[in-house]
Amino acid sequence: MTDVLAGKPDRRRSGPSWSYTVVNTALRFSPLLLLALGWEFLGLSGLVSQQMLPGLGDIFSAFSAMLFGGDLLYNTARSISRAATGLGAAVVVGVAAGLLMASFRTVRLLINPIVQIFYPMPKSALIPVVMIWLGLGDSSKILLIFLGCLLPVVVGTYNGARGVNPFLLWSAASLGASRFEVLREVVLRAAMPDILNGCRTALAFSFILMVSSEFVIATDGVGFMISSLGDGGQYPAMFAAIFFVAGIGFAADRLYAMLSRRVLRWREA
Amino acid sequence: MMNMAEARPLADARKSPVQKVPAPRPARSISPQVVDVGVQVAVVVVLAGIWEFGARFGALNPFLLPPLSVVLGRIWEDVLAGTVPVDLGLTLYRALTGFAIGAVIGIPVGILMARSAVVRWFFDPLVSIGFPMPKIAFLPIFILWFDIYDTSKIIMVAFSCFFPIVAATYAGCSSLDKWPIWSARSFGARERDLLWEVYLPMAMPQILTGLQVALPVGMITTVVTEMLMGGRGVGGAMIMAGRFADSVGVFAGIVQIILLGFVVVKSVEFIRRRILIWHPESRR
Repeated sequence: MTDVLAGKPDRRRSGPSWSYTVVNTALRFSPLLLLALGWEFLGLSGLVSQQMLPGLGDIFSAFSAMLFGGDLLYNTARSISRAATGLGAAVVVGVAAGLLMASFRTVRLLINPIVQIFYPMPKSALIPVVMIWLGLGDSSKILLIFLGCLLPVVVGTYNGARGVNPFLLWSAASLGASRFEVLREVVLRAAMPDILNGCRTALAFSFILMVSSEFVIATDGVGFMISSLGDGGQYPAMFAAIFFVAGIGFAADRLYAMLSRRVLRWREA
Repeated sequence: MMNMAEARPLADARKSPVQKVPAPRPARSISPQVVDVGVQVAVVVVLAGIWEFGARFGALNPFLLPPLSVVLGRIWEDVLAGTVPVDLGLTLYRALTGFAIGAVIGIPVGILMARSAVVRWFFDPLVSIGFPMPKIAFLPIFILWFDIYDTSKIIMVAFSCFFPIVAATYAGCSSLDKWPIWSARSFGARERDLLWEVYLPMAMPQILTGLQVALPVGMITTVVTEMLMGGRGVGGAMIMAGRFADSVGVFAGIVQIILLGFVVVKSVEFIRRRILIWHPESRR
């Protein structure tokens, strides 16, 4: 819409035709079909027991049973809400901290040692700590995801904000922008590619920490669901839930990549 | 021959005596770098002090945050009892073995993806789907297939390290500059020489970046597998302490894992600088 209004030619029209795209996508993802066939063959031929490698039909019927009659959607919603809360807080705090670190030497000197110490720590080690602090409920997992996602955002923002072309800062200042205005209107925007990159890492971490914390301490959520299905020996349902979670993680990353490409449209021009 | 002779004076000109003169230094002034380091060390010391005395004098709940000295005392006891070296060693062994397997499989696959259309056709969809997936969700499958001992932990770690390594190697090898490859070919290099002398060195910065992304992922995964399946290791020790509400034990584990992570990440950075000593990025 905006393209048409701006008088630019719509690029989508000159692209490959619809049917070509479908065939191309099918060819591209045909190795997955091969893998699925191999999976079925191994299961049916009896080389591997059905217990270890349930048939894809069984997995699919277990999936639809969970989706329509079971608690898959409820648990997914619980997990996603935790991950989104923790990640959202981490993005807000992390971007603010990164911008302040890049603009004020004092803040940098205060925060940098903390970042240096905690950055290399495997964040999953915090699971028992948040368990001691906040128990087994939602808040412990939200805190874990917040802490785990914070540092990639801080580091991405800081690096982006440090790399801003000084000419932009000087021009803004010479046009009478206050320090805060420069931060909001120039630094934040110029650092956006790096910020979005840091947030993408954080998004991946949020999924890892969400699932693993629910494996270890939880009473609901997809991670809990997967591990209790596994403990109960309902392997087709377990495989279905695992593929579902993996699919959500994949979809979230793709959606994020699309959104950030949209936010960064100005870069390509 | 002519070119080399011409290049010599240029090389010497760079070391002109003008640059060798040391910059005049004002006496008795502290350089800003020293101040920076001092302030940052002071921040760490102050935080440790707040932790220690806040917990000791009741400003912080000593169950939620046991005093640093108590935590360090526990680590020292465990070192003497021999559990700390065993736990750290097991965690490191699982993380590094899984990481190494992921690298040994991932780097060749990444190179082949860049070199061969068939390999690229097969692996491209798998990697582009597998890379953003939360791999840890597959842990119950590996438990089902390989039981709960070291095998399944190491395979899980290798599985999570594989994707970042393949993606980085593939990206590094598929965006190579044509000129060095053409010059090597025109000097009569065979494909095998090209691999070792041109492709790998040129892609090395990106491959190393992939390894630097994968190693922390491998450590996160190791700790989670240990928490879930037990079998010693720092993660196992921490979750046991957590289940018994032994907060000193939990924080002892955290301090150990911070040190382990710090040492591992810094040594990888050191190795990167050694390997890329010829590369412009090391001259900064």
